[in-house]
Amino acid sequence: MAIMSFIFVFFFFSSLQPILSLYEDQVGLMDWHQQYIGKVKQAVFHTHKTGRKRVVASTEQNIIATLDLRRGEIFWRHVLGPNDVVDGIDIALGKYVITLSSGGSILRAWNLPDGQMVWESSLHGPKHSKPLLLTRNLIIEKDNVLIVFSNGRLNAVSCIDGEVLWKKDFEEESLEVQQVIQPPGSGFIYVLGFAASSQFEMYKINAKNGELLKHESTAFSGRFTGEVSLVSSETVVALDSTGSILLTISFHNGKISSQQTPVSNLLEDSPGLAVIIHPSVTGIFAIKTDAATIFIRVIGEGKLEVVEKTNHETVVSDALSISEGQQAFALVQHAGSSIHLTVKPAHDWDSNLLKESIKMDQQRGFVHKVFINNYIRTDRSHGFRALIVMEDHSLLLLQQGAIVWSREDGLASIIDVTTSELPVEKAGVSVAKVELNLFEWLKGHVLKLKGTLMLATPEDIAAIQHMRLKSSEKSKMTRDHNGFRKLLIALTRAGKLFGLHTGDGRIVWSHLLQSLHKSESCRQPIVLNLYQWQVPHHHALDENPSVLVVGRCGPSSDALGVLSLVDSYTGKEFSSLSLVHSVAQVIPLPYTDSTEQRLHLLIDADKHAHLYPKTPEAIDSFQSEFSNVYWYSVDDDNGIIKGYALKTKCSSNVADEFCFDSRELWSIVLPSESEKIITTATRKLNEAVHTQAKLIADQDVMYKYISSNLLFVATVAPKASGEIGSVTPEESWLVVYLIDTVTGRVLHRMTHHGSQGPVQAVLSENWVVYHYFNLRAHRYEMSVIEIYDQSRADNKDVWKLVVGNHNLTSPVSSYSRAEVITKSQSYFFTHSLKAIAVTLTVKGITSKQLLIGTIGDQVLALDKRFLDPRRSVNPKQAEREEGIIPLTDSLPIIPQSYITHSLRVEGLQSIITVAAKLESTTLVFAHGLDLFFTHYAPSRTYDSLTEDFSYALLLITIVVLVAAIFVTWILSQRKELQDRWR
Amino acid sequence: MEKGKGVMGAGRRWAVDFSDNSTAPSSRDIPDPPGFTRASVDQDDSAVSRQKKDAEANWKSQKAWEVAQAPFKNLLMMGFMMWMAGSTVHLFSIGITFSALWQPISALQGVGKVFEPYKDNKVDLLGPKLLFIALNLGGLALGVWKLNTLGLLPTHASDWVSSLSPAQEVEYSGGGIPL
Repeated sequence: MAIMSFIFVFFFFSSLQPILSLYEDQVGLMDWHQQYIGKVKQAVFHTHKTGRKRVVASTEQNIIATLDLRRGEIFWRHVLGPNDVVDGIDIALGKYVITLSSGGSILRAWNLPDGQMVWESSLHGPKHSKPLLLTRNLIIEKDNVLIVFSNGRLNAVSCIDGEVLWKKDFEEESLEVQQVIQPPGSGFIYVLGFAASSQFEMYKINAKNGELLKHESTAFSGRFTGEVSLVSSETVVALDSTGSILLTISFHNGKISSQQTPVSNLLEDSPGLAVIIHPSVTGIFAIKTDAATIFIRVIGEGKLEVVEKTNHETVVSDALSISEGQQAFALVQHAGSSIHLTVKPAHDWDSNLLKESIKMDQQRGFVHKVFINNYIRTDRSHGFRALIVMEDHSLLLLQQGAIVWSREDGLASIIDVTTSELPVEKAGVSVAKVELNLFEWLKGHVLKLKGTLMLATPEDIAAIQHMRLKSSEKSKMTRDHNGFRKLLIALTRAGKLFGLHTGDGRIVWSHLLQSLHKSESCRQPIVLNLYQWQVPHHHALDENPSVLVVGRCGPSSDALGVLSLVDSYTGKEFSSLSLVHSVAQVIPLPYTDSTEQRLHLLIDADKHAHLYPKTPEAIDSFQSEFSNVYWYSVDDDNGIIKGYALKTKCSSNVADEFCFDSRELWSIVLPSESEKIITTATRKLNEAVHTQAKLIADQDVMYKYISSNLLFVATVAPKASGEIGSVTPEESWLVVYLIDTVTGRVLHRMTHHGSQGPVQAVLSENWVVYHYFNLRAHRYEMSVIEIYDQSRADNKDVWKLVVGNHNLTSPVSSYSRAEVITKSQSYFFTHSLKAIAVTLTVKGITSKQLLIGTIGDQVLALDKRFLDPRRSVNPKQAEREEGIIPLTDSLPIIPQSYITHSLRVEGLQSIITVAAKLESTTLVFAHGLDLFFTHYAPSRTYDSLTEDFSYALLLITIVVLVAAIFVTWILSQRKELQDRWR
Repeated sequence: MEKGKGVMGAGRRWAVDFSDNSTAPSSRDIPDPPGFTRASVDQDDSAVSRQKKDAEANWKSQKAWEVAQAPFKNLLMMGFMMWMAGSTVHLFSIGITFSALWQPISALQGVGKVFEPYKDNKVDLLGPKLLFIALNLGGLALGVWKLNTLGLLPTHASDWVSSLSPAQEVEYSGGGIPL
């Protein structure tokens, strides 16, 4: 009886829901995390004093970060909000990082060593204007002062506590302040700007109290473009709006004098529209035209002289004062596969302080920005280091003619990700260099065994941990049994394609797409998306897999498209196409040709469908399915969803047999005064569904409505499309639709009154889960809709099913109008969401979990069972056995189910799930500014032994058992013999 | 069953046949002890031995009935165990159910053996055998019924469609918000 009760207790505990979490020593075994900062906009060096040398950078992703100057690692990093654009950074007092952000409204000081915020001031003013930050060593009554011009107001802010000491408004309506200058050693500030685009204004302000000392203005016949370049403390250069006349304006002693010089006087050939690039180096400025960069020196009273004209792509750094009264600046020019870095003193163009040539990877493109810093060598001469930002957004530090470190910060702006298999391990190909020899293998297992038996010393434990983390098994370049090793192919905004290894996150290859490079035919290339083009698996195994990158020449939707095909193994672009039509949509079709190339349908702006690849074989296989291919478009601006079928060949293009006309079949027009489309969701193409039946309590069965043509659309009241809380619950509603995209049939429509977006939704199998804000309850909610096919529900005769006399597996058409029923339920949820995804397994047998990107930039796993519409307050015994959880009003957040554990994926954008070959496991990749990858098993790894399973212990146990069997056998033999002799 | 086996004495090594009624003393190596005459014994004991044989037959048939009824106790025991195991599927209930299925089956296989010791010309074993078989079949039925209550018999539609893959779709539609 005791044994029986023990067994009962045992089974009771084992049937409880397992908590999925990691142990501390499992961190980093299967996951990796990479931190990036994005494309650097401005960088300030901090190399004074002793202590660690660092560089402070602000980026286009609104990040302020300090990097270690030796190795490029991040010391600290702050991600400002998406609306909090950094306008300027500087270092004050040698210990504060000052940032001006949000269009000059917010001034913050951060502690340089640890990144703690010291103070924050908000600067408001009468009107919006260009924000300017000035941190010369201006001292007012022993107080270091920052001069900030923003929102039409000049502020003097104390460095110590952020207090505004004085302010001066410039309320004149048309005044556009371009420069704020504080000549060194003087007690006044010049504010320079244009009024009504044609009048130059100069204000002289007392730096001590903000008193206006003098105001001068001069009118010009032309108009200004806006940019001015400061060439000396009392001279500026400006271009007029036609880009053909240079104005030299000097305001010596408050008197404005100016001189006009046509650009054509300086250059023989007409350069076209010129733009000032301002290195703000004393005496020199540069103008840039389409063809060339021209450096011009100002000599004396407004006289200009061309010092150099280059046709190369040239980037100029800001001036750097290297010693008393001496300034230097850097030029970077491209020459073939290397770049030339030249540092010149400001006063003497012809001499060089430094001239270096550095070999540069072609895949980084052109240099976009350069920042320089100097240091004193042991022989007291000046050395220079340069931080350069490349076209692919990577950041490199150059010193002594070499690249000290580089950061692939392009990965902070990933647009799309797909995966590719690695090459198959071939018998002939040796992977011996990563393979361990037998002795090491044995040693490793002995160590592991020691760890299991708790005999290991702390050093052993460290060695075991190191061995686990650095396992060569996970970073091999070949396919593995479990499908854990794959290539993540990431397309970044800069048009660069990266191949990342899932084992350790290293960059296997990277490739700047040449076809999406700026060229004569394609002036403003934009990369759009990434698709799997060829996934060879059965009969075309010797082909390499490839991906399709779709781009467009220009921001408008009718710009011509560009296609690029890239080999997934090598990253080489093996084919590219400049299309003669635009690309509005790309539809991967579920058909492939004999080499496993997937057929794609590209829809252009005129609603013509173009079939790719353009091969006769593709068109043959497409013709057979022609009448079954449909497409739809969602016009979210006008609230119209339209469905199309393909008609005959294009009427306009006679010769093109790959082009088809579209015929409109249906349209759903949502009333624009009450509904605005904010979110759509569809099922993933590659999602596998194991069964069409859902078993419910009491052996009953419901048939899921599984269709890949299901579209989820969420609309809100137009008034409520803004921020949460901007409308009252009465005038806000959320309507969700489930639409069949073949027939345009609305399968389900539901209204949530008093609810508001933003809506995040995920559609999988026969259910959709979406997240929104409930204004009445003041809480976020998550709802689930499950959709079932009622017309199949009669299939209940066991004998018919046994014999197979049923039509459950025969192909279904959307036109058969299945009778559907839906079940739905809503639950409160604590977090707001950034992204939502669902786990994906290879056969779809494993139970699903939702992966939720929380506002705290973490990924939370939530069992789908919590979002079951059939949850009730008191589930019956049979329902409990089925796994139905008693109803609660809110969804639980279990701290152990954060799959990012202690890490954060800053600026989380999306979560991508990929099925591994092992049915229990999903590969999860989350990206934003940071990248995070892990393996996740929603129902634990029921189909494999865990990584820390001790094979050695198993082996020893078996050996010991066999030995024991032999020994006892011999003993028993002997005893029997003795018994017989007795 | 157990008792039946004990009576049967399958492992008998030696035996003395007290009912040796051969009349020829020469057939034996050892002469009969003095004063012992076979004939007289035979004549005296013929009635007694018949009586004895009857008693033995009676006893055998009684035992056979006992053996035949033995599975009934088993049945009760099994029923109690099944009730204890509950109707959820786990190791314990599965073990009990399978032993409840296996015992009758093995018993039925060995029907002949079980009743072998009681084989006698005078004993009618058909009745006990039928009862034995019926009771074991009852046990089997109980086991099957238990299997069904555990939901391990494919008697519902759900058992046949649970791994039915989704039907293929004829049409395909793609698209979305324009890029």
